[in-house]
Amino acid sequence: MSSSTPASASPEPRRRALGRLARSRLALVGLAIVGLTALVGVVAPLVVTADPVAMDFTALLKGPSRAHPLGTDQFGRDVLARLVWGARLSVGIGALSVALALAVGVPIGALSGYAGGAVDNVLMRCMDALLAFPALLLALGLVAIMGPGSTSTTLAIGIVYTPGVARLTRGVVLAERPQEYVQAAHALGQRDGWVLARHIMPNCASALLVQASVNFANAMVIEAGLSFLGIGTPPPTPSWGLMLNEARAFMSSAAHVAIAPGVAISLAVLGWNLLGDGLRDALDPRLTE
Amino acid sequence: MTAGVATYLGGRLLGALPMLFLMSLVVFAIVYLIPGDPIDAMLGQDADQSAREALRRELGLDRPLWRQYVSWLGRVGQGDLGRSLRAQQPVRDLIVEKLPATLLLTTSAALVALLIAFPAGIVAAVKRNTVVDLLAMVGALLGVSIPSFWSGIMLILIFALTLGWLPALGYVRLTTDPVAALRHLVLPALTLGSVMAGSVTRQVRAQLLQELGRDYVRTARSKGLRERSVVVRHALRNSLIPAVTVLGVQFSVLIGGAVITEQIFAWPGIGQLAVNAIVNRDYPVLQGVILTVALLVTLVNLAVDTLYVVLDPRLRLS
Repeated sequence: MSSSTPASASPEPRRRALGRLARSRLALVGLAIVGLTALVGVVAPLVVTADPVAMDFTALLKGPSRAHPLGTDQFGRDVLARLVWGARLSVGIGALSVALALAVGVPIGALSGYAGGAVDNVLMRCMDALLAFPALLLALGLVAIMGPGSTSTTLAIGIVYTPGVARLTRGVVLAERPQEYVQAAHALGQRDGWVLARHIMPNCASALLVQASVNFANAMVIEAGLSFLGIGTPPPTPSWGLMLNEARAFMSSAAHVAIAPGVAISLAVLGWNLLGDGLRDALDPRLTE
Repeated sequence: MTAGVATYLGGRLLGALPMLFLMSLVVFAIVYLIPGDPIDAMLGQDADQSAREALRRELGLDRPLWRQYVSWLGRVGQGDLGRSLRAQQPVRDLIVEKLPATLLLTTSAALVALLIAFPAGIVAAVKRNTVVDLLAMVGALLGVSIPSFWSGIMLILIFALTLGWLPALGYVRLTTDPVAALRHLVLPALTLGSVMAGSVTRQVRAQLLQELGRDYVRTARSKGLRERSVVVRHALRNSLIPAVTVLGVQFSVLIGGAVITEQIFAWPGIGQLAVNAIVNRDYPVLQGVILTVALLVTLVNLAVDTLYVVLDPRLRLS
């Protein structure tokens, strides 16, 4: 059966891809930023002891100091504490929504590409209908239906990215289905589900990994965007988008309140984009030729 | 050629029908997916019973679901998108009033993006692996990574609040005062266009590099053609064809991004209308905006696909 194992799933190309990824300086920078954001998000309570929602009306809109390294906001809350807790929210929503999109999109795409015919037609038309809506507007509509909050934001972003994942998976499955190793597996009497899961799906991993990293970056932007519009994470929960929205009113007198969350989200998104580019180049060297 | 394009367009229109049907279902479902009674969500639980019944009748919520959908679709087909609960005005009138501001913003942003992206992408490809290429690519990466709600705020901070060169907020009609209109347009168009500029720069560079590696380019060079001629007359023309498809995708991104840009700059477009509709629980307006935008995106994609077929004879033949 080893002859029917797809090429990309064997250890040698994987090692070569990892080697290419390790040699890409930009990808490593991206990986470092992503790792740092995730680390800050996970260990936030240990890093920063200040309460992100505790107000101090004696220290409103103060600049950076020893007590508050990034200053305070309009309610005297510690900007650094809100920033690191915001990282936890942003990374958490990004990870869960990407996982949701994969969990729903991959089976839909695989079934669509493998079954073909009417099943493919119906499933893909449904996905196309969702793709016709701009991502942010669809997320906006879904959050409006479900009500503001982290859970509804996660669900909305997950739904928004499901059609893209399904389309991508279907494309790879369609390309792999006529290959000889699939026919060989069928000739050996293997069941459709087994052939799909064991032989075809590993070939989707590279493309899905790249797509997931780009989706992660976009999910963070949409989460912050919805919070910025005041319909995502409700106050006083620290969210980067909400922090930016609140900072707008005090921009001329206390720019630091707007700069800190903006830099944080831009860096985090840049990290995921760099990592996505690096992964694409490493996993599909033809694209870099 | 014309017959081929017409056949293609006819096929695409027919193919789009099931998708339009499904899109209409999604938009129709907005009101019905609200947990609990939609009337409670719109009017609040303390509302007067007669007002509740009147709204229920007006929205047709007292009839079976399929009949509600059929009659809603019939009204939408005639351009009737219902009435705003807040403004007490037809939703269509509100959208018609706000749409020009959004289209002005999105087309200006697209123009800004293309004016930045094409020269940057071409120079980056021609000067591959030089400092110029690196700078262009870092700029493009920053463009796609910095969210518009931050770049917008920073542009206001620098050019409006600190330097005082441009107005921070607001919208002036082009017909009222063209100079003031353009001054108000600069910052929102730059904000919205920067993300598209980054994305299109990367696309133009990648396409041009791909074309520059092809055999016909080698032939053109071996004939002794000047490099400028090889790039501009041969490789660039062919690389522009796939770049056209990006415009369809970017229109969707731009109109989605306009929701945030309009909010930052107090720009009275349909994005702001949608956000206010959510805040005010004005669901007929939200339905109308989402449906209008989805239809616009579908039409633009159809137009882009058709243009693609017109530009590339190989697709017509296949």
